[in-house]
Amino acid sequence: MSNLYPKNTVQVPTFNTFRESDAGKPLVLDVRNLGIDFGGLTAVDSFSVSLGPTEICGLIGPNGAGKTTIFNLLTGVYQPTRGSVLINGIDTKGMSTHKVTKLGIARTFQNIRLFTDMSVLDNVKVGMHNQIKCSFVSSLFHLPGYFAAEKRANARAMELLDFMGLAELADQKAGSLPYGVQRRLEIVRALATNPSIILLDEPAAGMNPSETTELMHQIRRIRDTFNIAIFLIEHDMNLVMNVCETIAVLNYGRLIAKGTPEEIRQNPTVIEAYLGKEDAE
Amino acid sequence: MAMKKTLINRDKGRDLLTYAVVIAAFIVMQTLSTQGRLSSAVKGYLVPVCCYIVLAVSLNLLVGVCGELSLGHAGFMGIGAFSGVVLATLLKDTVDNVTLRLILAMVFGGTLAGLIGLLIGIPVLRLRGDYLAIVTLAFGEIMKNIIGNMYVGTDETGFRFAIATAKPKLVGKGKWILSGAMGVTGIKKLSTFAVGFGLILFTLFVVLNLINSKEGRAIKAVRDNRIAAESVGINVTTFRMKAFVVSAFLAGMAGALYGLNYSSLDSAKFNFNTSINILVFVVLGGMGNILGSVISATVLYILPEAMRGLADYRMIIYAVVLILVMLFTWSPKVKEYTSVAADKVKRIFRKEKEAAK
Repeated sequence: MSNLYPKNTVQVPTFNTFRESDAGKPLVLDVRNLGIDFGGLTAVDSFSVSLGPTEICGLIGPNGAGKTTIFNLLTGVYQPTRGSVLINGIDTKGMSTHKVTKLGIARTFQNIRLFTDMSVLDNVKVGMHNQIKCSFVSSLFHLPGYFAAEKRANARAMELLDFMGLAELADQKAGSLPYGVQRRLEIVRALATNPSIILLDEPAAGMNPSETTELMHQIRRIRDTFNIAIFLIEHDMNLVMNVCETIAVLNYGRLIAKGTPEEIRQNPTVIEAYLGKEDAE
Repeated sequence: MAMKKTLINRDKGRDLLTYAVVIAAFIVMQTLSTQGRLSSAVKGYLVPVCCYIVLAVSLNLLVGVCGELSLGHAGFMGIGAFSGVVLATLLKDTVDNVTLRLILAMVFGGTLAGLIGLLIGIPVLRLRGDYLAIVTLAFGEIMKNIIGNMYVGTDETGFRFAIATAKPKLVGKGKWILSGAMGVTGIKKLSTFAVGFGLILFTLFVVLNLINSKEGRAIKAVRDNRIAAESVGINVTTFRMKAFVVSAFLAGMAGALYGLNYSSLDSAKFNFNTSINILVFVVLGGMGNILGSVISATVLYILPEAMRGLADYRMIIYAVVLILVMLFTWSPKVKEYTSVAADKVKRIFRKEKEAAK
């Protein structure tokens, strides 16, 4: 754990394995010594992690370890008690969620949070909110600028839906979709914000094995197509070990290990956290 | 891509239907009116119905689309009514054209209501749900009482404005236009059905456009899931504020139209009951359903007026009607029945289309 304070750029070699193509490029996410207390309870403490521009990183840990809390800290839902979060080099201190999002971070939620009463297409267009350039006045009176902006937005939204195989469902109400499809739609909505890093909170939860396999391909495809970093929380070890290039392990709000899937698999501290300590014989 | 087209067409179709119903109703009423077939009582309903339609549609923007319960809509209506009437009286000698004077009064009333909506919105929109409802209720009552103690007039020193419990003295020759609890008397009636219809069209245009735009999507997103809306970069407060101000502006315009339809006006009219009445129109018409608001405002305004002959019983009948409508629109069986009926109608149309081919 010598590398708690990483420099601003991706360094090779490090004890993390970064992708070679990321070498020397600025970090997209740089978390330094992050911590938050809820009253007397320290939910997260001294958490540090850094992601290169096209890295897929997993965040695992037993239930209640503070994984979702970290996502909430990264997106400005909670303000950290200690430490700092840098997104594309900009400190998010004191920023509200919508401002943090504009820096290029997008997320999905553990318990799906779609706009259930709106159509699939509209859900994606809400995601594109900050991309659609159309003034309030031209929205109110539907001036020519409005039609041009809407046309572009529709085309882009359909493109994104098509990418995740949801184009056929554009017309449907988001709340009426099956669970697995809703998860995919949440990813599309996050992609629509034009992020440089996307946080996936248990993307495979509630999916069957074949859906999970498809999701693994899609996660890689998202990274390769959009050239963005992906930070994901997942309990499905098959998915984590197969997709992630680096893994961070959290227990009781503290980082207990960080490394490649191979290193994590063999790390005794991690095994202990998940399976408990072996009794001394 | 075909899917997308049907979706957009369905939205457009619903909006066009709303416009069509309103325009058709206007043409029918206007024709009947010019042919002299309407009784003076029915003619008297026309302008207030226009006002209440605009109020219901504007409140629906707030309650149905934005999902914020506001119980102070009559407050904005009152601001619009009194500022409109005062401006119209002041402009009596400078602007000869009656319609122009009415429109100026409406724009002034709307702007003032919108501005006060903006000022009120800054502290109030930090609250959500029940708290917002309570604060807007208080706002409505405060507005009523401020206007009830407000004196606006002209005298030899020029424009006079005062908030006082007793009537202040005027210098030399002059008179109070608005004099406290007495309200305004001797208003020259300017409102016409045609202008009311124009205001409805303007309201529909603004509200429907807003709903179908980037802003409207953001407003609905905030209603459906605030946390998710924030996570895609929507500034929640800004969009609640935009909906609040647009709603207040339209309510102010409707208030000015309402005020200039009567010869006298006092602040007691714009009380909690009026706010609740408008809310009833919105709820019965369907949350977020603009055409529903138009129809329910019309029916529910005329119903108790038409039953005046029944004296004390009319409010009982009105209440029974409200309960029945609620039961019918919310009952799952009725919903099922209407959806089956809608399918049948669609099938007939489809067959006709196929036959035409």
